[in-house]
Amino acid sequence: MYDFLQQIWPTLWPTLAAIGVILAFVPVLGLYMTFIERKLAAYVQDRLGPNRVGPFGLLQAIADAIKLFLKEQVIPDHVFKLLYFIAPTLSLMTAMFALVVMPFGPVPTDYTSGFRYIVAPGIDIGIMMMIAISSLSAYGIILGGWASNNKYSLYGAIRSCAQFISYEIPLGLSIIGIVVAAGSLNIEHIVAAQGGDFWNWNIFWQPLALIVFFTSALAETNRLPFDLPECEQELVGGFHTEYGGIKFVLFFLAEYTHVVTVSFLTALLFFGGWHFPGLSGPVDAGLGGMLLRTFVLVAKVSMVVAFIMLLRWALPRFRFDQLMGLAWKGLIPLGLVNLVCVAVVFTFDLPKHLLSFTAVFLFVASLISARNLQSTINMPRSAGRPKAGSILSEVTV
Amino acid sequence: MSTETKKVKTVKWGAEPKLGWVEAMYLPAIASGLMTALKHAFSGKTTTRQYPDVEPVIPANYRGVHRLNRDEAGRVKCVACYMCQTACPANCIEIIAAPAPKDDPHWKDRDKFPETFTIDELRCIYCGMCEEACPVDAIELTSVYDLTGMSRQEMIFDKEKLLAVFDETINSGRDPIRTNRGALGPASEEASTAKQGPPPPGRGRHG
Ligand code: SF4
Ligand code: SF4
Repeated sequence: MYDFLQQIWPTLWPTLAAIGVILAFVPVLGLYMTFIERKLAAYVQDRLGPNRVGPFGLLQAIADAIKLFLKEQVIPDHVFKLLYFIAPTLSLMTAMFALVVMPFGPVPTDYTSGFRYIVAPGIDIGIMMMIAISSLSAYGIILGGWASNNKYSLYGAIRSCAQFISYEIPLGLSIIGIVVAAGSLNIEHIVAAQGGDFWNWNIFWQPLALIVFFTSALAETNRLPFDLPECEQELVGGFHTEYGGIKFVLFFLAEYTHVVTVSFLTALLFFGGWHFPGLSGPVDAGLGGMLLRTFVLVAKVSMVVAFIMLLRWALPRFRFDQLMGLAWKGLIPLGLVNLVCVAVVFTFDLPKHLLSFTAVFLFVASLISARNLQSTINMPRSAGRPKAGSILSEVTV
Repeated sequence: MSTETKKVKTVKWGAEPKLGWVEAMYLPAIASGLMTALKHAFSGKTTTRQYPDVEPVIPANYRGVHRLNRDEAGRVKCVACYMCQTACPANCIEIIAAPAPKDDPHWKDRDKFPETFTIDELRCIYCGMCEEACPVDAIELTSVYDLTGMSRQEMIFDKEKLLAVFDETINSGRDPIRTNRGALGPASEEASTAKQGPPPPGRGRHG
């Protein structure tokens, strides 16, 4: 036993260290993301945001955590206890499990250095596994909604189920082009393929894929403008109506973990990961280079996170039929078109930057949908309703 | 019936706006939404009021806690005429009048003075009728808005408390503007009112 341990120790300790980093990181990050989100929301709305606890309100996140942990654990009478307790755990577990194949710093493709910024390096199905695992988090939501035995929770859960299934497809379609170009599903290889110049970043030859990917990923995280599973105005709190205290924290950590995952994926797949023009040489060359690259990646990720948070205050929520329409009539066709273009370009060995013209399909799609939208928005009125423009009544003031 | 002619408004049934291809692409709308959000985020101005740290500027005609004014000699200006008590719609003023001590040179020009004067600040509706009724502008509503107390008893203000409010607010530079305090009403100091003439229109009951 001891010999065995000694044998695997050189590969075991970096893994344990990486797991430790993620386990320590996720809750703190989740808490501070709520703080940042509240601050950002406040600035967008010309307010000050939390500023009472600690300097600039920095300890607000800690205060919130203490409050949530010390709350009384209320278990409603009418819930299905087993699933009720499993659901939040499952939610957070799947969200964190998806981070296993996520590089959170530079990872050399030959996996030489001691500490690696990834829990499981060299997984050949990397991105596949990530998408597969993160779509499992639908279970957490659906079980939570079902076990709550509350119609609002169930509505939220059903919505989220439909949303997850619909947006999985464009999400998968959008990254196929990148996988084809890198020749690997392994995230480290995909990032390595983007090294060197600016123009090697995937965004510059896959703009359409980025739009499809980012939109679907946003829908997967259940954030505005796609937060129909938990929209307060219609569903009280959605699937977590019956959850409070620590059980609610788990759900909400899962949501923020998803946001982090999506931001990391966007930065890694489309914005060159830890590459930046001028930063050349092997990625594990010295501590300084490692830290600099980590900083580059984290900076890119924070920008995506800030963008996601800003979007929340810029866009109204979608209606549910619009949400479904966007996925099935908008994003899936666009993803397919993108896939065909990628196939053509790589089959005939054309320069891949030709693919940036796929953005044109966005215009084509909007032209088509503008015609279709007319017919769906202005649905035939019922007999009792007056025609548009007709005088409804005369009011005397 | 006024001579205004009746206006006829017609209410039209609106149609949903037609979506063009630009709107159907969503991106321009998203961009403009983001620009609005960013503009506000970086405008650097906030509408938040840091209330306990920064006190708000209360308008001078705010009707807050009462005070009983003092005259030049430092005596309570009230002449115990019961006008305010009569006018008060909430019945929260209670006055017991007493004849002024004639042999005291301090009080020799006065006939009556309020022996007790209590206002139940909890029952008061802060309508300002007492202030309007007072012939000598002895009672006024200040702009003190943050009145708190630990018991109901504490919130029944007696004469000393009301005079103390006067002492606190007189030098705050935020005197009430509704009455003509300083230029007193006819029942108080005839000479000064004769000099003063009518007060400017729109300022209190004299106008
Ligand atoms: S403000 Fe109105 S309710 Fe209050 S004491 Fe004066 S008259 Fe009475
Ligand atoms: S109306 Fe004025 S003078 Fe008369 S009792 Fe009231 S406060 Fe005193």
